[in-house]
This record gives sequence, structure tokens and C-alpha cells, in this order.
Amino acid sequence: MLSVKNLHASVEGKEILRGIDLEVRAGEVHAIMGPNGSGKSTLASVLAGNPKYTVTEGSVEFLGRDLLGLPVEERACMGLFLGFQYPVEIPGVTMANFMKMAVNEQRRYRGEEPLKAGEFLRLMREKSAVVELDSKLTNRAVNEGFSGGEKKKNEIFQMAMLDPKLAVLDETDSGLDIDALRIVATGVTKLHTDDNATVVITHYQRLLDYIVPDVVHVLYKGRIIYSGDKTLAQKLEREGYDWLINDYRE
Amino acid sequence: MADKDRVLIEDIERGEYKYGFTSDIDTETIGRGLDEDVIRLISEKKGEPEWMLERRLKAYRHWLTMKAPTWAHLTIPDIDFQDIIYYAAPKPRKKLGSMDEVDPELKRTFDRLGIPLEEQMALAGVAVDAVMDSVSVKTTFRETLAEKGIIFCSISEAVREYPDLVQRYLGSVVPYTDNFYAALNAAVFSDGSFCYVPKGVRCPMELSTYFRINAEGTGQFERTLLVADEGAYVSYLEGCTAPRRDENQLHAAVVEIVVERDAEVKYSTVQNWYPGDKDGRGGIYNFVTKRGLCRENARLSWTQVETGSAITWKYPSCVLQGDNSVGEFYSVAMTNNFQQADTGTKMIHVGRNTRSRIVSKGISAGVSQNSYRGMVRVAKGADNARNYSQCDSLLIGDRCGAHTFPVIDSRNASAVVEHEATTSKISEEQLFYCNQRGLSTEDAVGLIVNGYAKEVLAKLPMEFAVEAQKLLAISLEGSVG
Repeated sequence: MLSVKNLHASVEGKEILRGIDLEVRAGEVHAIMGPNGSGKSTLASVLAGNPKYTVTEGSVEFLGRDLLGLPVEERACMGLFLGFQYPVEIPGVTMANFMKMAVNEQRRYRGEEPLKAGEFLRLMREKSAVVELDSKLTNRAVNEGFSGGEKKKNEIFQMAMLDPKLAVLDETDSGLDIDALRIVATGVTKLHTDDNATVVITHYQRLLDYIVPDVVHVLYKGRIIYSGDKTLAQKLEREGYDWLINDYRE
Repeated sequence: MADKDRVLIEDIERGEYKYGFTSDIDTETIGRGLDEDVIRLISEKKGEPEWMLERRLKAYRHWLTMKAPTWAHLTIPDIDFQDIIYYAAPKPRKKLGSMDEVDPELKRTFDRLGIPLEEQMALAGVAVDAVMDSVSVKTTFRETLAEKGIIFCSISEAVREYPDLVQRYLGSVVPYTDNFYAALNAAVFSDGSFCYVPKGVRCPMELSTYFRINAEGTGQFERTLLVADEGAYVSYLEGCTAPRRDENQLHAAVVEIVVERDAEVKYSTVQNWYPGDKDGRGGIYNFVTKRGLCRENARLSWTQVETGSAITWKYPSCVLQGDNSVGEFYSVAMTNNFQQADTGTKMIHVGRNTRSRIVSKGISAGVSQNSYRGMVRVAKGADNARNYSQCDSLLIGDRCGAHTFPVIDSRNASAVVEHEATTSKISEEQLFYCNQRGLSTEDAVGLIVNGYAKEVLAKLPMEFAVEAQKLLAISLEGSVG
């Protein structure tokens, strides 16, 4: 599904990603861990096409197409979803209206008819239940005045609405209390099927208690320096990153 | 600024006026220039009584002593007032047989704005009666109003048919001495609307200039007089989001509203005149004086969506003369390319317990300049007057300007006047967020702008609001590629 080869990317002339290789197949869950500043969020942003970052080398193939040549919205319509670490507020635009536009835009891309108002409302009710999102929130402006936990739930709600092929979740667990973490993580698990894939970026093992990864990668200084199975996350939780990164210190 | 942002801005600037100009209207005109003979001729052509001519001449003589105001934050080219044609009576346009004969481009615009078919036909000049069912909308409309005793006609007709009302109210809120452009208008006004709602009558429908009898060709010096008698209510819609075919560069309109005791008037405007091209050539200069007078317990609410004109100079105001009267001003002013807008309001509190509320939303793109200018004056006797003002500016790109010139002049210690202002930009993060959900940048900008303007759009009558929303998006549109 996703094939990243020797990906290099920089922001404001500073190189952050220095040769990433990553293969994600349908049905898989990958976790990307690593110390602060190792390039985890940059990887997520570059895959989604954030214009702040410049790709300097390498290639990314998504569902057989050259992802890097596509505009952000087309990547999204193809089924690439980014769960934001810091979701932005859009004053005056209700969640319901925002999602209706997004859902119908993606349907249009796939050559499907737009949803009728009734169908859309039903879909929204059904999906907000996945993350136990207060249905009142969908009548409020996008992320405006949402608590930290609500914003993260709202990201997963949008993921549920858009039903992506590949979801990249950037620190969806940060800032969540135990209950919210469980709800968000269970939500993600519920949405997982054999046909889609999830890449979760996280600092902590605790998220992976719910979302069990097939592969765990350690990102350090812009490269994946180590990959393993789910036990790697537990080992990192116990022993930290030192044993891995000593060799890579400059 | 990221490349993407730059591309977006360039695209927005290219989003040119979609409606273009048509010049197939035959007009009967008199020569250029202005003197007393021209005014006599205008008055004669319109078959006016002597008193009206006297008023015009008085205004003209006063105008000669005045100078064009220069205090606005606008760069106004020198206007040669002797190089203007002051009278042009539109001859009826050739009626088209059906919608098929209408310019497809125009039709496409109508469709995108979601204008009902009947209205499309009227605007495009199709003979409505020929196509529609036996009872035309206009006829039904006229009958309903007549039953209630509501007068709604052209101002020329009113001068002839209802001289008492016109003499009593015309110039009572905006006298010819008021300002340079108001004086000019009083001297040469071509036509406009007159509306009178009798005591205690609630006008059962939105009054739209579109439905007015003799609605065609109000010309460049439009004059509107609206009177809501005691306890009456009327909601009035001026203009239309549809294309305005217009070849006059200078517009100087006057709108006067009298809201008698316990009456309420809502006045909504969508202004979509030609703004000039992306290099700043052409476009309408729009100098408008709009003011309403509120008696005891009266309420006047102005709502405006301004997206057109090269230059906009406009301050719909409320004189809150009666005790407990209420004035409101809700505005969205959008400028793009080389457009300049200096717009706002005045709230003059004279009576006790008067309240006013100002919500102004400016949107600037391109190299445009957008200014809010507002005055809140509380007179000595206006005990317990209250005002709340909120002025927000939204910038798109980094070459445009947003300015705020609020003036508060309070002479009563019991008054409470609040002013809040914000300036924001559409952030790259917001656009990226929308893009990531599958929305194009164009759609995202439209969505964000409409969200920003929502509080004002919500004040428009429902159908008008939908059209205005689309208009805002279209006005910012280019082809993002």
C-alpha cells in the first residue's frame, strides 16, 4: 500500500528526514516511536503533503501512484488520512458542515453521488458513537473551544467519517487522560480492517496496549534505525532509547 | 510565505469579475455636463411638479459651494463632474423569447448563485409573462401589498402620485446640505424606490427592489425613501447578488429611512458592482449616503454584504432620536485586487436608553485596501445609552491592507460604549487541514471566509444569505492549479 524509499526532507533548509525506508501493507498496523526531534511528525506531514516541508530526495508510492507528485487534497481523496497532533480551529465553520463538504468531495473524487442530508446525518450519528463524541460537538465550529481530549476524539471521528485506506496518526495519544486514551485507541482499533492500514506515531507504550502493532519502528535523527515486533515497544518503555541510539550519536 | 500560499493568492487575484459588461442597452441621453438647464431638463423629462424642481435647484446651488470630501482612506482619482452624463433614460431592452437566448455565461452564473428560474428570466430580460403561468409573481405581489395599504413604487411615481408623503419625508433624514455627494444626488437623482408602510401594518413579505414596478434602470444617482409608520414592520432587500449591468462609473446614491414610533425596519444590501480588472482598470466608484431616523422604541437594522465596486465610500447610519430606540449595523466588506473600501457606520444616540450594535467584518485580498470607519456619538441627554462594536479584519496574502478608524464621542457619563477589534489571516495550517480532508484550496478559502462572515450572513433573509455565501466564494475564486 505504502512504499517509502530513501526519503529525505527538510524545513527551512534544515534536513529533518535523512533517508527513510518504510513498507506498509494492507491490514497492518505500524508504530513509529523515537525520542523528541527525531522526525516522527515531519514524516507524517511529508506523507500528507504539508507545503512547509521540502522533499529533497527519495520516493513514496501509495496505492501504486507517485504520492509526492500529488496535491494534498488528492492524497486525501485517495484515502490518506492524517490525524493531527495539533488540530487547528476554523471559527464559524461547523464540524457538520466541514465534514459534509469533505465526505462529499471525497465521494465526488471516487465518482459517487453526494450523500443526502438524511444519509449524512445518520452516518455522522453512527460514527460519532465510535469515539463517544458528544453529538453537540458536531454543531460547534471546527475544534473551536474543544478541550485537548475532544480535539483528539474529533480527529478519530473524522477518520471514521472518511474511512481512509491509510491513516497516519500523529501523537493522537498525547495529552489524553486514561479514559480518553482508551476511547480513542479503541476507536482506532474498531476502524481497523484487513483492507486498510494504520501508522501510529507515539511516545508511549501505553497506546500500544490497545492498538497492537505488527511492526514497531524506532526513528532517530531522520532515519529508521531499528524495527521489531510489539515487544520492542515494551522494551523501549522499560529501558529507554539509550541502548539503541548510542551507536548513532554524533 | 510558502509557494502554495503564493499560488493561492495569485489565483484569487485572477478570479476576475465573472459577469462582464453588456452594452446593448439603448439609452436616451442628454449631453455631458451639469448646469441649471440640465436639472430643469431632468425634472421636465420626469414630469415633476414645480416644488420638486425647486428642491433640485436649491440642492444644486448648494452643491456648487461644496468640495468633494477627502478624509476617507481612499485614493480617489480626480472626477470631472462636467464630463458626466446626468440623464440617461433606459429604453426598454429587447425582450428575449426564452431562456435559450440568454448568454450561456450569464446563465451559468445564475445557476451557480442558485437564483430561481423566474428571477433569472427577469434579470436576463426574458419576457416573464410569456413563459410563466397565467398569474405572474409580480401581479400577485402587487395585489397583496395593495390590500395592506403598502405603497411600493418608483420615487418618480411617488413624486407625482404621493406628493404629500414625499414632501414630508424626502430630505428629512439626509438633507441636501449633508455632504457633497448627497447634495449632488438631491440635484440630479435619476430614480429609485419609494416605500411607505402604514401604521400598524406588518409587511407580509420581503420587499425586494426586483419586484418594484418600473424596476428597470434606476441609473447612477439612485434615491430611496422608506417610511415605516408607527408600529409598522418591513424587511427591505436592496440589490441582488446577480450581475449588475452598469456602464456608469460614478454612483452617488442616497437612502433615507424613517422609522416612526414602535416601528421596525430591516434593510439588507448585497452590492456586487463591477470592481475593475485585476490591474485596477475600470470599476464603479460608489459614494453612498444611507441613514435612518428612529423615533421612540423604533428599531433599524442595516445588513450589508459589499463585494463589488472599485471604490466604496459608504456609512449606513442610525440616528437614535427617540427614547429606547435600537440601531444595528452588520457588515461584510470584501476587497480584492485594487479595490478600495472605506465603509462603516455612525450611531448617533440622542434619546434615552438607546442601544446600538455594530458588527463589521472586513476581508482583504490582493493589493486592496479595506477600512472600517465608525462613529459612536452619545449626546448629552442620552442617558444609559449602550453601544457594542466589534470590528474584525481578515487578511488574505501579505500585500493588502486592513484599517480601522473608530471614533467614540460620549458626552453622557451614564453611557457604556464597548469596542472590540481583531485582525487575523487565513493561516497555512487552516488551509492544510482542509486540504488534508480532501477540500481544494479554493473551497477551503470559501469555507473559512464564510465561517468568518457567518454572524453577519445570518442576519440576511434566508435565501439572500445563501446567495451571498456563494457570492463571497465566487468573488475570491480563481482556478487553483
